[in-house]
Amino acid sequence: MSSFSVTEPTQRTKWVSGTLVIIYALVTMLPLAWIMLTGFKSPADAISYPPKVIFDPTLEGYVNLFTTRTRQTDEFLAANPPETWYEEIVREYDMVIAGPSKFGERFLNSVIIGFGSTFLSIVLGTLAAYAFSRFKIPLADDLLFFILSTRMMPPIAVAIPIFLMYRQLGLSDTHLGMILLYTAVNISLAVWLLKGFIDEIPREYEEAALIDGYTRFQAFYKVVLPQAATGIASTAIFCLIFAWNEYAFAVLLTSGTAQTAPPFIPTIIGVGGLDWPAVAAGATIFLLPVMIFTILLRKHLLRGITFGAVRK
Amino acid sequence: MTDTPATRAASATPPRVARKIRGLSDRAIAWIFVGPTIFLLLAINIFPLIWTIRLSFTNFKANRNRPLEWVGTRNYERILTDSDIWLNMQATAHFLFWTIFFQVLIGFTLAYLINKKFKGNDLWTTIIVLPMMLSPAVVGNFWKFLYQPQIGLFNYIVGFFTGKDPSSFEMLGSVELAPWSIVIVDTWMWTPFVMLICLAGLRSIPDYIYEAAEVDRASKLRQFFTITIPMVLPFLMLAVLFRGIENFKMFDLVVQLTGGGPGSTTELTSINLKREAFEKWRTGYASAYAIILFVTVFGLASIYVKALNKVKER
Repeated sequence: MSSFSVTEPTQRTKWVSGTLVIIYALVTMLPLAWIMLTGFKSPADAISYPPKVIFDPTLEGYVNLFTTRTRQTDEFLAANPPETWYEEIVREYDMVIAGPSKFGERFLNSVIIGFGSTFLSIVLGTLAAYAFSRFKIPLADDLLFFILSTRMMPPIAVAIPIFLMYRQLGLSDTHLGMILLYTAVNISLAVWLLKGFIDEIPREYEEAALIDGYTRFQAFYKVVLPQAATGIASTAIFCLIFAWNEYAFAVLLTSGTAQTAPPFIPTIIGVGGLDWPAVAAGATIFLLPVMIFTILLRKHLLRGITFGAVRK
Repeated sequence: MTDTPATRAASATPPRVARKIRGLSDRAIAWIFVGPTIFLLLAINIFPLIWTIRLSFTNFKANRNRPLEWVGTRNYERILTDSDIWLNMQATAHFLFWTIFFQVLIGFTLAYLINKKFKGNDLWTTIIVLPMMLSPAVVGNFWKFLYQPQIGLFNYIVGFFTGKDPSSFEMLGSVELAPWSIVIVDTWMWTPFVMLICLAGLRSIPDYIYEAAEVDRASKLRQFFTITIPMVLPFLMLAVLFRGIENFKMFDLVVQLTGGGPGSTTELTSINLKREAFEKWRTGYASAYAIILFVTVFGLASIYVKALNKVKER
C-alpha cells in the first residue's frame, strides 16, 4: 500500500514506541481512575489498607455530596421509615437527610460564570481580532503585545487591587464581577487566537461582498463569521476550560453567592474527618465534563494549544 | 436578500458611495470593535496594576479603615532584605527547575515516540493530554488523598515496588519529600503540554531533510543530533517559556496539596504573597511584593525571548 520511504518508521520501531506510549498513558490515567473509583466506595473502603480495587459499590459518596444529614434518635427513625433509596443509604448511619448541600449551587455558579465569561470573551474577542486583522490600527503590534502581556501577572498580584475595587463597587461575590474578571483574563488569549484564525480567511471574500453592496457589518457577520466558526468554537472551549478550572480569584473574591466549585470541593467535610468518597464524587462530577469535552473535540483542542503557543 | 425599496436603492447606488452613506468608515468600525476590549483590559488589568504601584508606597491595611500613609520605598527595602522571602524564592526556584527539567525530558521523549506514527497514536495522545485540562485546585486536592501515608495509592505503589512500608514515609508531611511531591504532581499534570509543543515541532520538520541526510549516509544518531534536536529546539524553548511563566505564578495546585507546608518548605512566592495580602492584611507591603514579582517575571521572560529569537535566527 505505502511506497518505501526512508522517513517511514519500521514496524518494529512503531511497535516499541506504541507500547511505551500506551504504558505512559495507562500510568498517567491511574490517579484519575482511582478518584472515580473512590467516589463509589464506602468511607471505610476508601481508607482501607491495602487499597481496595474490588469492593461493594455504593452511591453513598454521591448522596453525601448532595445532601446535609443529621443524626436522629431511634424512636424518630422507627417512626419514620425511609421512603427513597438515598434515605435508606443514610439510615445505615442512623441519620436522616436534612436538606440539599451547597454543591448543586456551587456547580451551577461554575456553569453560569463559565458560560457567561466565555460568551463575553468570544463576542469582544472576535470583534477586536477582526479589527486587528483587517484594519490599520495605529500601534497595533504594541497593543497586541500589551494585551498578551497582561497574562504574565500572577493572579494574586492582580487580586489585591481588584479585591479593593470590587469592594467599593459592590461587585465582590457577585456573578457579574466574576464574569467580568474572567473575561478580562481570557480576552488576551481569545484575541490572539482569533486573530490567527481570521488572518487565514482570504480578504477577497469580504471585498467581493462589499462590492455586492454589503456594509462592513454585513460582510463581517455574513461572510467572515461563518468562515471563522471552527476557530471561534475552539477558542471558546479554551475560555470555558479556563473559567471552569480557575481557583485563585474564586477563592479570594467569592465566599457565598457566587462561589464556584473549585474552592468548594476541598471544603467538603464529613462526620469525623474528610469524607473522601464525597470529595471524590464531587471531583468526578466536576472533572468529567472537561474530560468528555477533550476527547470529543480533540482535533480542535490540540490544534488550538500548539497553535496558540507557537504563534506567540 | 429580499426585494425591498431599500435594497433596490442600494443596488442602484455605486458601492463606494453606498458604503459611505450606509456604513460607518472603516476607522470608526475599527475603534468600535477594539474599544470594548481595550476598555475592559484598562479597567480590570491596567488600572489595578497602577493602583498596586501606588499602594506599594504606603502602609495601607485593607481590613482597617485608616487613611493612607506614605512610607516611600520602605516596603521594597524590607522585602529585598528579608531572608524569609529569599527562602520562598529558593523554594520557587527548586520547583521551577525540576518541573521544567522533568517535563522537557519526558515530554520530548513522548513526542518523539508518538511521532513514530504507530496505529492509534492520536487516541493515546488525547488520553495523555487529559490531566492538563483539569482544574489544578481539584487535582491538588485529590493528589492529597493519593499521598496519604497509610491509605494512599501513591505510597502503596511506591511501597510495592521498593519494599518500603507505605506508612513509613509522608510525601506531604516531611521536609525532604514535600518539595518533590509538588514537582511530581506538576510534572504529571503539565508534561502533556511540553509534549504537544514538541510534537508540533517534530511534525514541522520536512521529510526531505531526512531523505537528503540518508542519501549522504548520515547515521540515525547523527540525524537525531544534527536535524531533529536543532529543528525542535525553538519549539522546546517556547514550551519552557510558558511553563516557566506559569509555574512562577503557581498557586492553586500547591496551595491545595501542601498549603505551603510543612513549615514553609513548599511556600512558593505566590502562596507567601497570598498570606501577606489576605491573611496578615499587609496590603501595602504585599503590593510592593507583587510588583517585585511582576518585574521579575517580565524581566526574565524578556531576556529569555531575546535568547529564543537568536536560536530561531540560526
